[in-house]
Amino acid sequence: MDWSLVFNFTDYDKLLPLVTNSLLAGALLALIGGLVGVFVMTRELSFAVHGIAELSFAGAAIFLLIGLDVVLGSVFGSIIAAAIIAFLGERAKDRNSIVAVLMPFGLGLGILALSLYPGRAANKFGLLTGQIVAVDDPKLTSMAIITLIVLVAMLFIWRPLSFSSLDPEVALARGVPTKLLGIVFVLLLGLAVAAAVQIVGALLVLALLVTPAAAALRLSSSQLWVPVLSVLFALIAMLGGTLLALGGTLPISPYVTTISFLIYIIARLIAFTRSRLEVRA
Amino acid sequence: MAQVLQVQNASLTLGERAIWSNLNFEIAPGEFVAVIGANGSGKSMLLKSILGQQRLSSGHIQFLGRPVGHGNTEIGYVPQHRAVDSGLPLRVIDAVRFGLDGHSYGVPLPSATKRKLAHQALESVDAAELATKPVGSLSGGEMQRVRVAQALISHPKLILADEPLSALDLHHQQVVSSLIAERRQEGTSVMFVTHDVNPVMDYVDRVLYLAQGKYSIGTPDEVLRSEVLSELYGAEIDVVRNQGRIVVLGAHDHDHHSDEEWV
Repeated sequence: MDWSLVFNFTDYDKLLPLVTNSLLAGALLALIGGLVGVFVMTRELSFAVHGIAELSFAGAAIFLLIGLDVVLGSVFGSIIAAAIIAFLGERAKDRNSIVAVLMPFGLGLGILALSLYPGRAANKFGLLTGQIVAVDDPKLTSMAIITLIVLVAMLFIWRPLSFSSLDPEVALARGVPTKLLGIVFVLLLGLAVAAAVQIVGALLVLALLVTPAAAALRLSSSQLWVPVLSVLFALIAMLGGTLLALGGTLPISPYVTTISFLIYIIARLIAFTRSRLEVRA
Repeated sequence: MAQVLQVQNASLTLGERAIWSNLNFEIAPGEFVAVIGANGSGKSMLLKSILGQQRLSSGHIQFLGRPVGHGNTEIGYVPQHRAVDSGLPLRVIDAVRFGLDGHSYGVPLPSATKRKLAHQALESVDAAELATKPVGSLSGGEMQRVRVAQALISHPKLILADEPLSALDLHHQQVVSSLIAERRQEGTSVMFVTHDVNPVMDYVDRVLYLAQGKYSIGTPDEVLRSEVLSELYGAEIDVVRNQGRIVVLGAHDHDHHSDEEWV
């Protein structure tokens, strides 16, 4: 095997300016992925993320086939999946079965659309396994708009959403529209997934929307530090992955997912060592 | 003075079963009402109706002169004991603060005033040492005290407490019930759901007894009598008073206590 395909830093200084857009898009994605991930974990929506991603992929593939904007298609698919999950899957048990039913359907639909698409194969499967080509300006603009919407809305609903995650009955008693907030959150999650599909691909969105938050939750239980660490971990994975992938010919996703996974392992090790020390002390 | 709570001809039927019908009572400011009845007599449902979370089949409930809506920040609610998801990134002090501002939108910014209030509320339930613990790590009794602190911190006009003493040891039963009772001096009214009236007997102004879809309300001496309860249940009930404790015999089937946790 030729390792220069995996790690290759020749002409790095010349390549770097070419990926400014990718780095920017990655940073935006890490920001919303890290934040949204905290509630994905506390509201047990990991599996739903995967389901939304497959329908997002289907939407993107169909839009690609009929010659429309891929990001828009992705958002379209995401929102439909998120709406179905939000309205029908209020209880965790129902939700899991709905997601399990949606997932293969979305994936199949997407593969059908891609197989019918006459364009180059390498680009096609980017939607599933991550992009290799740089993010162009229109795509960066769409990502920025998605980020802005998700960010503003997340900050707005943050406190009542935390309250209703802690104690839905009490939150409802104090006038928090717990059901509505739950639905709004899943829709925002849909938008974040659509953005993630553009960069890391539908199959790997969990590495950005779940793993960083899961690692952060191993290290802290503070309502300030968990989101901060989660975003930080997502940023390290995203930007680190992009920079490592730069010289080689591979998509960025394996780099991103590997870094994300390593961060999680380290977080677990730290948490384990800490609890051992506490027992001894 | 205007009534805090008015319940007029309130009936609740779930499916075929009439939970209670034609409830009529009012609660005055500063009044402590113990709500008693067997499991399934609709005690929790009554609280949910007052919170506007359970629609009545017929009748009206007014809180502070207005029909109950979707939640109210003037009501402090302590729900029945339930475990908290252990993975929540939230510390006890933050959870208590939600009792002040959890319903408002935005991000919880640091606030020295709110922090101080939350600490005071925790101290009042004898839980100051829990402040920085993650909520998921608490025992049932600890969480119950945190919930009481959260419900009291905003000085609500009405406290609805659903079995707040379950999961508490004797000492903390006294701490929590006297703390809730103290609030009567501010004019706060209390509806205190309990299956055992004895721990709060000193504070109770009136008892609302729910049984078999019927009810009786009045002072403990008026309601907790053999003939009143026998009439409610349509069966022979003995109310025994022994050294200041009241025991109702024959009302509850014996196994219903077994599912309650006593720590």
